[in-house]
Amino acid sequence: MKMDKFIVSGTPHVRSKDSIQGIMRDVLIGLTPAALMGIYVFGLNALVIMVLSIASAMFFEYLYQKLMKKPITVTDLSAAVTGLLLAMNMPASAPYWMPIVGSAFAIIIAKQLFGGLGQNFINPALAARAFLLASYPTAMTTWPAPTGVDAVTVATPLALLKAGEITTATSGDMMNALVGTVGGCIGETSAIALIIGGVYLIVRHVISWRIPVVYIATVFILTALIGRNGVRIPQYEIFVGGLMLGAFFMATDYASSPVTPLGQIIMALGCGLLTTLIRIFGGYPEGVSYSILIMNLCVPLIDRFTEPKIFGALEVKKS
Amino acid sequence: MQALTFKRGVHPPDGKALSAEQPIKVILPKENSELFFPMSQHIGAPCEPLVAIGDYVKVGQKIAESPAFMSSPIFSSISGEVVDIRPMLVPGGNMVKSIVIKNDAKMVEVEGLNQTHDYTQMSNEEILNCIKNAGVVGLGGAGFPTHVKLNPPKDQKIDYILINAAECEPYLTCDYRLMLEEPERIVKGLQIMLKLHPDAKGVIGIEMNKPKAIETMTKACEGISNITVQPLVTKFPQGSEKHLIYSITKREVKSGALPASAGCIVDNVDTVVAIERALFRGRPLMRRIMTITGGAVKNPGNYKIRIGMTMRDIVEQIGGFKEENPPAKLIAGGPMMGPTLFTLDVATVKTSSGLLCFTAEEAFIPEERNCIRCAKCVDHCPMGLMPFMLNQFAIRGDGENFVKHHGLDCIECGSCSFECPAKRQLAQSIRATKKIEAGKKAAAAAKARAEAEAAKAKS
Repeated sequence: MKMDKFIVSGTPHVRSKDSIQGIMRDVLIGLTPAALMGIYVFGLNALVIMVLSIASAMFFEYLYQKLMKKPITVTDLSAAVTGLLLAMNMPASAPYWMPIVGSAFAIIIAKQLFGGLGQNFINPALAARAFLLASYPTAMTTWPAPTGVDAVTVATPLALLKAGEITTATSGDMMNALVGTVGGCIGETSAIALIIGGVYLIVRHVISWRIPVVYIATVFILTALIGRNGVRIPQYEIFVGGLMLGAFFMATDYASSPVTPLGQIIMALGCGLLTTLIRIFGGYPEGVSYSILIMNLCVPLIDRFTEPKIFGALEVKKS
Repeated sequence: MQALTFKRGVHPPDGKALSAEQPIKVILPKENSELFFPMSQHIGAPCEPLVAIGDYVKVGQKIAESPAFMSSPIFSSISGEVVDIRPMLVPGGNMVKSIVIKNDAKMVEVEGLNQTHDYTQMSNEEILNCIKNAGVVGLGGAGFPTHVKLNPPKDQKIDYILINAAECEPYLTCDYRLMLEEPERIVKGLQIMLKLHPDAKGVIGIEMNKPKAIETMTKACEGISNITVQPLVTKFPQGSEKHLIYSITKREVKSGALPASAGCIVDNVDTVVAIERALFRGRPLMRRIMTITGGAVKNPGNYKIRIGMTMRDIVEQIGGFKEENPPAKLIAGGPMMGPTLFTLDVATVKTSSGLLCFTAEEAFIPEERNCIRCAKCVDHCPMGLMPFMLNQFAIRGDGENFVKHHGLDCIECGSCSFECPAKRQLAQSIRATKKIEAGKKAAAAAKARAEAEAAKAKS
């Protein structure tokens, strides 16, 4: 039989233009407004932390893959996303070695040791943040004041809420929380920038609305219901702390969130519940990171029990 | 009218502009060229030759048939001498015993051809027989024998006869041209089908990216109370039988069941025209419309070919490939579901709807990366499956979990692979595992039957 030189392959023969790199680039674009606000609010130190964190995350990914003789996939930008997210979860006053140590933990321990991209069962950036918080609690909870304010350090709005020092949200407080001129991590303070970035990701179909919307709504409703000794200002509480950053960019991490639509909603409800409980009753003022990490661990279980009904499913009668 | 659709699915670039405005051109096989008539062209029992080497056959002569109900006879599309009966490659990749006829280009027709039948005076059985004896099968893809489809079990009442004119596969435009050029034949063919099921409604489903076809067909259906044209949202796989039924009737065909169980019969437009030809013009299935397109073809277009011509003959007749941009990949059918060919020496069969010739650039296969669990495959699978998980089971050879998670319900549409940003070969791995598991299932069923019979024989 005569064989011509034609390519033979499985179907389909056309592919979408989406790529992992494209998705990661979109996430970086989505994070840009909040990153810029971080620099604006906390000064150039924030930029240095971010650059160090991204560069070291990419370096450790390269190094690990090189040493393990695996294909080098640094250009897919996933390490850059992890690095940027980690930096945005640190105070701008952190010493310069800290983002490097954090990135090493995130990339090598949380991501590569479990199989690399897509195989990590928890969010690498959050795992690194939890590691840093446990190891260097002082450096990780010293909040530099927004530039232009005459103080070296400030308390975060959530700490003030916990201490009962904020009981009403004035329009000035609301404005500060939206713009980001409050104490906190580099990338978490500007709610408006995070919402813009998050909406961009939803519009680009990088993430679904389910996790961020349900997560934030759950925190809003529960905070309103439970209250802090009678103080009920959920409209303020959802804009402060790491909720916006967590809901749009951390809880939606593909590898560590459910794939089923119902599963995503369950994960978001769980995150919202845990965040509210930690914020109001816990020892820490903020609970976004831990609640997402805890829900990350539930993801395999959630996926298992929320498998969608197939088209043309035979009705199974349960007796 | 509002366009209807199904849940999930994908939007591949449609590539139809290459050939959509090319009117159907008739191409006849060259003198002394060899035509191949494989004995098995689709689902059903294979045929046995009725002719021997050295026989002279005429156009329209029945050259092979099978006594089985689930089968369809084969007709010569040319006149000439039977020169050989030997295995020949068919588009699926199998070698199938084929009758080889050398074309004498005289087109001598067999006696008794061109007899018109007045279907209104015929019984249902006579109509079905006429369709069977014209060798009509589903021309859209699977080639299900049409007389079997039109004659469902008596307890299944047919409420809808749906004409599948979605043509959701990118690049293919043969159904579109047929609707523009022969709308009244489609309507007549549908009326014959409706005669068999007088209580059913005829609905012609057309995707919204073919407004001219919707307009032409609507006009052709004017004044006919039991036929309507239904616009459908342009989305792949709109033309999948189960999804077309869901879009139009909102009925779900249950897993493993046939459309008739949901009260529907679905046929492709070219099939309907074949029915019309069989009854009104007494001509068996000898020709079909094919879209030959892709970046490597000099004259992409829609061609009415004689079934049995080789792809090589067809390509030569329409002007061949571009010298500066030769084809790197050949696909029989559309780019989402069509199998690739490794040579042009392949016989066309009743179900050959297209030949797609991709250039090296169009044929580029991206590198597979790690699954990032982005869930795009889950969000787009028209069957509601979890392709990334089935892919893992396939790689691990875990057939048990594959079946448990409904792997056998996959319709192999390729939506998952299309969407996957990690460029994983999801559909390919699932199809391979499906074949293995379906084989195991069939073997187990056969074993159970044999044991039951043995037990019966003992007692």
